[in-house]
Amino acid sequence: MINIKFDGRRDGANVTHDAETSGDETQADRETILSTTNVNFWYDRAKALSDISLEMYKNQVTAIIGPSGCGKSTYLRLFNRMNDLIRRSRVQGEVCFRGLDVNDRSIDAVELRRRIGMVFQKPNPFPKSIYDNVAYGPTVNGYRGNMDELVESSLRRAAIWDEVKDDLSKSGLALSGGQQQRLCIARALAVSPDVLLMDEPCSALDPLATTRIEDLIHELSDEYTIVIVTHNMQQAARVSDRTAFFMVLDDGSGSLIECDDTQKIFTNPSDDRTEAYITGRFG
Amino acid sequence: MARAQYTLDLEAAQDDLLLLGQRVETAIGNSVDALQNRDFKLAKKVVEEDDEIDRLQIVLEERCIDIIAMQAPMASDLRRIVTIIHVGTELERIADYAEGIAKIVLLMGNEPPLKRLIDIPRMAQIGMDMLRRSLQGLVALDAKAGEDVAEDDDMVDALYQQILRELLGYMIEDPSTIQRATYLLWVAHDLERIGDRATNIAERAIYLATGQLPHFD
Repeated sequence: MINIKFDGRRDGANVTHDAETSGDETQADRETILSTTNVNFWYDRAKALSDISLEMYKNQVTAIIGPSGCGKSTYLRLFNRMNDLIRRSRVQGEVCFRGLDVNDRSIDAVELRRRIGMVFQKPNPFPKSIYDNVAYGPTVNGYRGNMDELVESSLRRAAIWDEVKDDLSKSGLALSGGQQQRLCIARALAVSPDVLLMDEPCSALDPLATTRIEDLIHELSDEYTIVIVTHNMQQAARVSDRTAFFMVLDDGSGSLIECDDTQKIFTNPSDDRTEAYITGRFG
Repeated sequence: MARAQYTLDLEAAQDDLLLLGQRVETAIGNSVDALQNRDFKLAKKVVEEDDEIDRLQIVLEERCIDIIAMQAPMASDLRRIVTIIHVGTELERIADYAEGIAKIVLLMGNEPPLKRLIDIPRMAQIGMDMLRRSLQGLVALDAKAGEDVAEDDDMVDALYQQILRELLGYMIEDPSTIQRATYLLWVAHDLERIGDRATNIAERAIYLATGQLPHFD
């Protein structure tokens, strides 16, 4: 297998430049970072996603909304190939990161998952100290720089440094739910990703912790491309630049109904089904 | 039905807007009838009832703010609530113009009429018709109706210019008519402004239907 790696961007594990994205750029000020083209997905014989074509742009927050079971999380997991871990799952169509199909045999899945970080609904820090939670990824990736500085900068970028700096040896599991989630974000940031995938990152958190995470998303979008799955439409409206609405089709699979600027989706959606969902008339 | 109470609240707010519109249309008609017939009792009624129109507009606005705070309306619901607030304000201002006409009637007192009124009642009829049709267009989500109403404002403006020229002629020819002519000029100006406000309502009807806010000169 030839390991084709993505071009390195920042500190962290150095990777050699190889493939360059080009063909998916749409407008001069909007570079496509993630995209799918006519993607279908099955869990064994059950079709979960139908014919989804969608682009997500650099340094934008894209929210994916839709009723339960419409494939939002499944779609999210296409990009970092988390669905590979599910037996007898199958994808058809192109899933691209910086113009390269992530399912190509030449792609290094480990490197892919470094470049595309993920934060889950339930905070899942390692049963390690706060310091080791953040340092683990860079260590495994062969980071040779100043680890103390990297840990601090990651915790700062995740807006949790001031709360934990006095005792980094404390267990990550001893933090509150909101702090654990920010620690998980710091952990993802420590390996210098390009993208953060967030699967309902606030649904297990109280309103104050939710607000902190939303504020953090605003700050992070200056540097990272973020995709967030959420059931909370007001959250999608607050944090995202663009919103994609998914729905369950008659065959039980999920499909993209509409994607547009968030302001348009929430004031004047083009599709009646989008209107019905976001006004709470169904879903 | 999902969100049944919320839907009822939205519909009730819109119904209240339409009722307010009917009261305002009546106020315009009554003020011009009072002018034509020198009906001071009717004129006083218009003046007194303006306070109730003001109160109803505020109650409606507060109801809309409550819906926004508690129900987080989106998409067309949001456009509807915002439209209701805007149009309520426009209706309150139109009612003020009708009150203004009624007050002019009271100022005129028993002075002999300067001339037979033809264009002023015509302006009033067009204005009332514009108001009625713009509100109907709003309810029916009919953008075309809104555009048609906006076109009628040209007729109101043309009539105003005609009245202005005619009254200036009276004043130049006979300075003793200046006061009576000025009163009629104020009435015509109030009716011209009613046409403009009805056009604003028509713009909001188009916005509600399409999500795009037009602007008509």
